[in-house]
Amino acid sequence: MKWDRKHLLGLEDLSREEIIELLDTAEGFREVSTRSVKKVPALRGRVVVNLFFEPSTRTRTSFELAGARLSADVLNFSGSSSSTSKGETLNDTALNIEAMGVDIVVVRHSCSGAAYQLSQVLECSVINAGDGAHEHPTQALLDIFTIRQRKPELEGLKVAIVGDVSHSRVARSNIWGLQKLGAEVYAVGPSTLVPNGLSRLGVKVSHNLDEVLEEIDVFNMLRIQKERQERGLFPTIREYAKLYGLNGERMKRVKEDALVLHPGPINRGVELTPEVADGSRSVILDQVSNGLAVRMAALYLVGACGPQGGQVEPQRAPGEES
Amino acid sequence: MTPDDFGGIYQRWLAGIRQTTDTLENWALVGIKRRGAVLARRLLEDLVGGGGARGPGPAYGELDISLYRDDYHLQTGAPAVLGTEISFAVEGKSIVLVDDVLYTGRTVRAALDLVLDFGRPRRIWLAVLVDRGNRELPIEANFTGEFFETGRNDRVQVRLKEMDDDYDGVDLTSFVETGA
Repeated sequence: MKWDRKHLLGLEDLSREEIIELLDTAEGFREVSTRSVKKVPALRGRVVVNLFFEPSTRTRTSFELAGARLSADVLNFSGSSSSTSKGETLNDTALNIEAMGVDIVVVRHSCSGAAYQLSQVLECSVINAGDGAHEHPTQALLDIFTIRQRKPELEGLKVAIVGDVSHSRVARSNIWGLQKLGAEVYAVGPSTLVPNGLSRLGVKVSHNLDEVLEEIDVFNMLRIQKERQERGLFPTIREYAKLYGLNGERMKRVKEDALVLHPGPINRGVELTPEVADGSRSVILDQVSNGLAVRMAALYLVGACGPQGGQVEPQRAPGEES
Repeated sequence: MTPDDFGGIYQRWLAGIRQTTDTLENWALVGIKRRGAVLARRLLEDLVGGGGARGPGPAYGELDISLYRDDYHLQTGAPAVLGTEISFAVEGKSIVLVDDVLYTGRTVRAALDLVLDFGRPRRIWLAVLVDRGNRELPIEANFTGEFFETGRNDRVQVRLKEMDDDYDGVDLTSFVETGA
């Protein structure tokens, strides 16, 4: 399988083979982090810009380190401290940065479709590091990579995404990716955060975690945002934790080899109690180290199809019919 | 080339390598993926299994040079990343680097850079089954199975049963330019 995409905008566009290619490439990159010189020259002389219009520490740092390990020059540009607060448009900001000779733009933005828009405007490659409630492909890839490490056979695996699925780009990307690899995806949470309409994406919807607890192989516990409660989507954080949090009691009932994932940052005592977050089923820190390998793979594959070489693939906008 | 020819070339190559490695103690065999690694595995078997080696025997590793290529920017798509496996300390080791064909020398340049990223070996030798000339970098092998005079348009392929080839051998294909 030859990777020929100039951009990585989401997992909805990717084929099963392309997702596997990304995961296998990441596998090859894991070893780099174990060397005495943790650096390979693959992207030497290339420039990667992290263009983040939303606060982010781990994703940005992860991309920054991934770029550095590939010998690229990495610049960080954060929206809040920049010209956007002076009224510049997204396109203008990006075009100005690209004019400095950039090869790959990694973008995070609160608007769904922002990465797609930049891919239409810019000559260079674009990687989506999270756009609104649309997609966060590298997060889903690192989740899937982590699952695959422990459970190589994804076909038929039952993965529950628990929490605010409705507003979550992490959930959306996971659903596309996991389904393409043959996993069975459950969306679990209160009906305000997990509307029944989600079943149109092919997921099993449940509003009762205890009902599905025993059949699930992997729990991906989404972070609950306090704003959602303020908007009245669920009554109290305490009630949410009681109904949808993983605690020691529930862990006694889950499958013996069930895994617990969390994209971070964890609200301890809400999505997970500390004993679960730090327990033997938790692979949360694996997710973080795998994230580095996955982002190296994304930069490496996309970079090779950049302005110098690859063909430009027409990609679909979010919401467009295929 | 008949399988006997291949066997002869390999045996001569092996004997030459053994002369040096028999005098080594802290050493390693390192193959360049993929066919170099297959040959390195055969050498490991033959050098150690033959009873000639003293001490604990060599360490073994495999290199994937795809991240060290100098033509990344010229390609339309990234070469597959197969992964490098060096699980021993390179520092102070004597290393025999193994590949199937030596051509421009660019692969070996990449492999040397890659090995040096793991540490500072005492010395590196280069062993290639086939040298087909046409070097673009000042790199030569210490152990060569056979030299073939070839042109830039010729193709030289080492066939190995481990790689799902039907036979062990060296295929030489000459492409005559038709001017078309």
